[in-house]
Amino acid sequence: MGKVAIIGVGQSAFVRGYPGSIRELAFDGFKEALEDAQISVKDIDASIICSAPEYDKQRSPSGVFAEYLGLIPQPTCYLESLCSSTSMGLRMAYSLVQSGLHDVVAVLGFQKMSEISSAESQERMGRGADIQWESPFGTMMPAYYAMFAKAHMEKYGTTLEDMALVRVKSATYGQVNEKALFRKPVAAENFSDPNHFMSGPVSSPLRVGDCCANADGSSCLIVTNKEKAKAMSKKPIWILGLGAASASVNMSGRDLFTGLSVARQAAEQAYKMAGVNPKDIDVAEVHDCFTISEIMAYEDLGFAKLGEGKELVRNKETYKEGRIPVNVDGGLLSKGHPIGATGGSQIRTIVLELRGDAGEMQVKNPEIGLIHNIGGVGLYGAVTILGR
Amino acid sequence: MSQKEKKDIDDRFKKFGTVSFTSLTKVNDFIDYLEKGKVMGTRCKDCGQVFFPPRANCYKCLSSNIEWFEVAGKGKLLTYSKLKYAPVGFENDLPYSIAVLDYGDYKIFGRIAGSVPEEEIKLGMEMKTVVNTLPNGQLNYVFEKA
Repeated sequence: MGKVAIIGVGQSAFVRGYPGSIRELAFDGFKEALEDAQISVKDIDASIICSAPEYDKQRSPSGVFAEYLGLIPQPTCYLESLCSSTSMGLRMAYSLVQSGLHDVVAVLGFQKMSEISSAESQERMGRGADIQWESPFGTMMPAYYAMFAKAHMEKYGTTLEDMALVRVKSATYGQVNEKALFRKPVAAENFSDPNHFMSGPVSSPLRVGDCCANADGSSCLIVTNKEKAKAMSKKPIWILGLGAASASVNMSGRDLFTGLSVARQAAEQAYKMAGVNPKDIDVAEVHDCFTISEIMAYEDLGFAKLGEGKELVRNKETYKEGRIPVNVDGGLLSKGHPIGATGGSQIRTIVLELRGDAGEMQVKNPEIGLIHNIGGVGLYGAVTILGR
Repeated sequence: MSQKEKKDIDDRFKKFGTVSFTSLTKVNDFIDYLEKGKVMGTRCKDCGQVFFPPRANCYKCLSSNIEWFEVAGKGKLLTYSKLKYAPVGFENDLPYSIAVLDYGDYKIFGRIAGSVPEEEIKLGMEMKTVVNTLPNGQLNYVFEKA
């Protein structure tokens, strides 16, 4: 048992073109978390609002959300680390609760990306890298991760077919996740069919089907201390390990293009804090912003040896019935990736799995789960280990 | 003299790349060097640390005492990707490849020259970094076969 618990989780459906404003989007995830925790807004002592800026016009969204959700006059603040914002929010909530400063903290992530075009969104995402020295070359996230895919293929013999298999697995579970954006089946053959949209080139070697999609969504986690968790919750899920790291924003400062150093460092910290090793993990959520990202995550987290990540998906070891089920909610590839809400959605899935509340997505009796959440091109990494 | 003197703004860096998102920087001389056909990095004169991209400040010894050095010789291609889709503002450059070259003491992120056929690009190949003038008159640097 840990010292800090998650007692409520919620998320909105992840969609394109959410028919409302960001405060209304935030309400959807927040309401579900409160209902899940069976608490009222008055029980929350502080809130941390997480997203990546510039997708909507609101500056300082925390004040707007606190008012709309009834979280005033409690303290609130805004936290961002791109796509890993909510995992870092959980890390901050852990320290607020563990220090005794607050008893119950809400971590609310959101992103409404559909107000701008995909090309504009790529430009925003590209500016999540080095705007002085890299963005003037015309960078975007798929191109950066494509460079990692190229290097991984070259060094380890990972193939385009292996990457397609990651998407096929993702779609298997996206179909049963009612909150997911993409709920249609995907076949490996779709990637070799020039007439199928999945095979369309984006940035070599990545194709449309290798990339997650922008989405609108919100997620919320309710975090509290041991005493409150025992009093307020029948099934608290304990935070056993937290790891986080950063890396050079400019690719010229990187030594590794076949994995993410931040993931390796964060995983090592989280395993050490939790006192477990990769073999102890029963279910995991990894940051599959691109298919290659999931294969690299298997290796960075120690689920596979370096270069052998492809074997896990080839042998279906990361399917629900496999040795280490990964992204059984469809992952970012099927759910869509509303940047600031993604980490919270990943954490929600693992909480539901550990409680046995994951419905059709449920894996058999997991005791320890792991969340791998990356910001930017391996710029920020957070690994969280949870237990019953 | 009641009127404030109008200061010249040194915004040379707005000339870097197809679209520059930065105009003011203490390493603006980088642009002057590009105009002279030179790609330059910086070196800390106090501790010797080498930087590319160039920096005005050394994080190792906190010195701002820097000097320029020219990127010369060959680097090895670590990885690359050819874009078939571009962010807003870069559509007219398509297709183009971004890449990382390893010079040993430092690495360089940039583009592969459009004149290099894709079938000739191999990881590990030796390339050199050269100044490039873009169709819109802006300046950047690209990698060519060494």
